[in-house]
Amino acid sequence: MAAEIVSRLASAEVALPTPRWAHRGAAGLWSSLWPKLGAVLVALVIWQVVVLSGWKPESALPGPWSVLRRLTVDLQHPNFYAAIGVTLRRAAFGYGIAAVAGFLVAMLVARIKLLRRAVGSLLVGLQSMPSIVWFPLAILLLERSEGAITVVVLMGAAPAIAAGLLTGMDHVHPQLIRVGRTMGADGLGLYRHVVLPAALPALVGGLKQGWAFAWRSLMSAELLVAATNQTSIGQQLQSARNLPDTQQLVVLMLVIFVIGVVIDSLFGAFDRAIRWRWGLGGDS
Amino acid sequence: MGKLLALSEKHALRVDRLSVAFPHDNQLLLALDGTSFEVMRGEFVCVVGASGSGKSTLLNVLAGLDRPSAGRAHVHGRVAMIFQEANLLPWLTAAGNVELALELRGIKAPERRALAYELLARVHLVGFERRRPHELSGGMKQRVALARALAQDADVLLLDEPFAALDAISRDLLHEELERIWKESRLTVLFVTHNAREAVRLGDRVLVFTSSPGRVAHEVHVDLPRPRSLDSPDLAVIAGSITERLKHEITNGR
Repeated sequence: MAAEIVSRLASAEVALPTPRWAHRGAAGLWSSLWPKLGAVLVALVIWQVVVLSGWKPESALPGPWSVLRRLTVDLQHPNFYAAIGVTLRRAAFGYGIAAVAGFLVAMLVARIKLLRRAVGSLLVGLQSMPSIVWFPLAILLLERSEGAITVVVLMGAAPAIAAGLLTGMDHVHPQLIRVGRTMGADGLGLYRHVVLPAALPALVGGLKQGWAFAWRSLMSAELLVAATNQTSIGQQLQSARNLPDTQQLVVLMLVIFVIGVVIDSLFGAFDRAIRWRWGLGGDS
Repeated sequence: MGKLLALSEKHALRVDRLSVAFPHDNQLLLALDGTSFEVMRGEFVCVVGASGSGKSTLLNVLAGLDRPSAGRAHVHGRVAMIFQEANLLPWLTAAGNVELALELRGIKAPERRALAYELLARVHLVGFERRRPHELSGGMKQRVALARALAQDADVLLLDEPFAALDAISRDLLHEELERIWKESRLTVLFVTHNAREAVRLGDRVLVFTSSPGRVAHEVHVDLPRPRSLDSPDLAVIAGSITERLKHEITNGR
């Protein structure tokens, strides 16, 4: 009896937040999935209705069924994968450079007060500037479309990543910094052990937004350099328009959409994992 | 000269005409006004004062977090500090928080884990090593903070109202815990509180601070045998006289 009370007391003292997904199996998965599937279904139905209304001929606006059939055909073509591969490689390369550059810029601006006064507001301006406007200049300067594409992706993503990390570092609770300092952390050690881990949620937010900007910029750039021989999603989109091959066009749009959603949900999962670790109720 | 040096070796910390002022609304606000006192090695000293008496400022100066405007504060040896909030790093486990203190002290990785578990056992947290701060109660968090402070292998432990936010039972248990650790490790402790009973429960000596600006107004030696009970009548008498003093200081300050 006494032992039982003790064990109850012990367990009462700890409030263990259990993530909602830990308790739900297939039924839980279904309950989170069906609203999304329902939305897709509604979109497909509206699309089909518009096509059936005869507003435009089927050759100009293909229905969902013919697009899906076309997709299964495309999926058997190596060229289709080559195009996606080229685009993803460009995205990864430009985004990777942007992540490193954004991180370094944020660190420098955080550490050097004068630099913050000088660059802080410029960063915000750069963030709201559509990065595709860098493209003509980059083409002239680099004389290569690959390099110019990288520049556009970089200029799209880096400011958002830097701004995200900078905001995160600005909002670290001052008490945590005091604790770090009393433990003997200073200079870069304080950043490594306290400031950067504390800013991680904001950094992930910046990385996520940076990805969205990078992906948009990349699509714009690929549409503009479609003249080159290199295959890519943007180039295929452009050639589908020129043919015109609207089924292919819509298939490519779907691919672009799905890649965006998948990568965005990876960031979402990362963000939830952090929130759960921190006990911020990230089980939604 | 030799005598002076010998004297200072017995001291764990020495505060000499210390003043601290902060800019506030275009004027300087005096938090500490030329206060002086000394703490001997191994002594447990409590500082009581109303809010605004510069108690926290005093600790921040001793911990090197704030700078004195005038006068000096000497601490012999290393300092560790515990705050009212446990301020554990939320991305680390209980053991991880302790390990970070060990790492910053220069302990090599292979030894850190075992040492952290040992320290958590000292504050009775066996089985909670891998919990994250949000999974721990307020009292448990302060235990981790205590283990983390011990991990710093400090000579002087500064505590800034560490148990003010805890329920009575947790606070009682942590008083015992702190007293035991202080005895075992012969730490020097400077404990800031606004609770006179708590000060008399724990301290060899209680320094009573005046309100804004802060200064030591009065000093009480507590000769009651340890361990003391918060509910003992002897303790209540001493605490009562300190509370009277505090009220007097506050009304005088106005």
